Amino acid sequence: MSKFAKKKDGELPAVSTASLPDIVFMLLFFFMTVTVMKDSSIMVENTLPNATEIKKLEKKDRVIYIFAGKPTKEYSNVYGTETRIQLNDKFASVEEVGSYILAERAKKPQELQNVLTTALKVDKEANMGLISDIKQELRKVNALKVNYTTFEGDAFNNLQ
Amino acid sequence: MSKNRELPEVNAGSMADIAFLLLIFFLVTTTIETDSGLNRMLPSTSEASTIKEKNLLRVSLNSNNELLVENELLDIKDLRTKTIAFLDNGGITKGKNHCDYCKGDRNITSSDSPQKAIVSLSNTRRANYGMYVAVQNELVGAYNDLRNREAKRLYNSTYTELMSLYNDSKQLNKEKIVLKEKIEIVRSLFPLKLSEAEINTK
Repeated sequence: MSKFAKKKDGELPAVSTASLPDIVFMLLFFFMTVTVMKDSSIMVENTLPNATEIKKLEKKDRVIYIFAGKPTKEYSNVYGTETRIQLNDKFASVEEVGSYILAERAKKPQELQNVLTTALKVDKEANMGLISDIKQELRKVNALKVNYTTFEGDAFNNLQ
Repeated sequence: MSKNRELPEVNAGSMADIAFLLLIFFLVTTTIETDSGLNRMLPSTSEASTIKEKNLLRVSLNSNNELLVENELLDIKDLRTKTIAFLDNGGITKGKNHCDYCKGDRNITSSDSPQKAIVSLSNTRRANYGMYVAVQNELVGAYNDLRNREAKRLYNSTYTELMSLYNDSKQLNKEKIVLKEKIEIVRSLFPLKLSEAEINTK
């Protein structure tokens, strides 16, 4: 029996898996860079309406979010089923919107404080009364740039 | 004994497993957020203007979620054409406010020129937010349609194309300045005057 006996002809050579870690690492880095960790969990129902004439919110650091909608199931027995505003991680009243905006604005760097946008993420079943109240509050603190956050889609679908 | 001094090689065979574990973690936690929407400016509190009734298109939502344009019921599907007709009217036939690019009916009882025309949007508290966004969408869409038309006429590309070119990060600075100018010109032809403030009429 020689040590260097030829392999049998039919056997395929095993595929080298040495580069597998590299590939996986590449994927890993991709996902690590695109990941945005959620900073607040949404406590309200938040089915956004559809619109076609939309613009992207490019710079995340220039946006202040306001959520509104009916409280989700786990909160509805405590907070009722009326449309509520959520700021950060808690429900808030309309009067708190102004001070919230001012507090968030103060956190941002000086050069961005004049170019902030307020993104309104509002459930499409919400009443306009609450939105009008929010808008009045925003006008009081001079946060005039707003973005009605929507999904891309036919706006007539909102009506059903 | 030289053999003892040699360090044993670390087995890297489980590296892939560790990387996979991390990969799966990030896969699960990733939310590629889709943040886009309708950008609007709210009127400032001090703003109160007085304009002619004919230059104003009143759009409102009543508590039954119905759309009223100039106090008449209208289907939302017709809102865009109605708004375009109003903005594109160009009622003044001569003088410096004459709108020579308008293709509307030149009706004297409707808006004087796109620069004068204001769309006023109001709503009752009972109206539905989805409906409100749909109305906003149609109004902005009307402006965009008109701007597209003018950009097509002047620069042979639509306004939306100009905007996406301008927002493209690969664009050179020099070209951006040119694009910016074009965009400003198209905007000045049909300035977006969509107001949610209380408006007095003469």
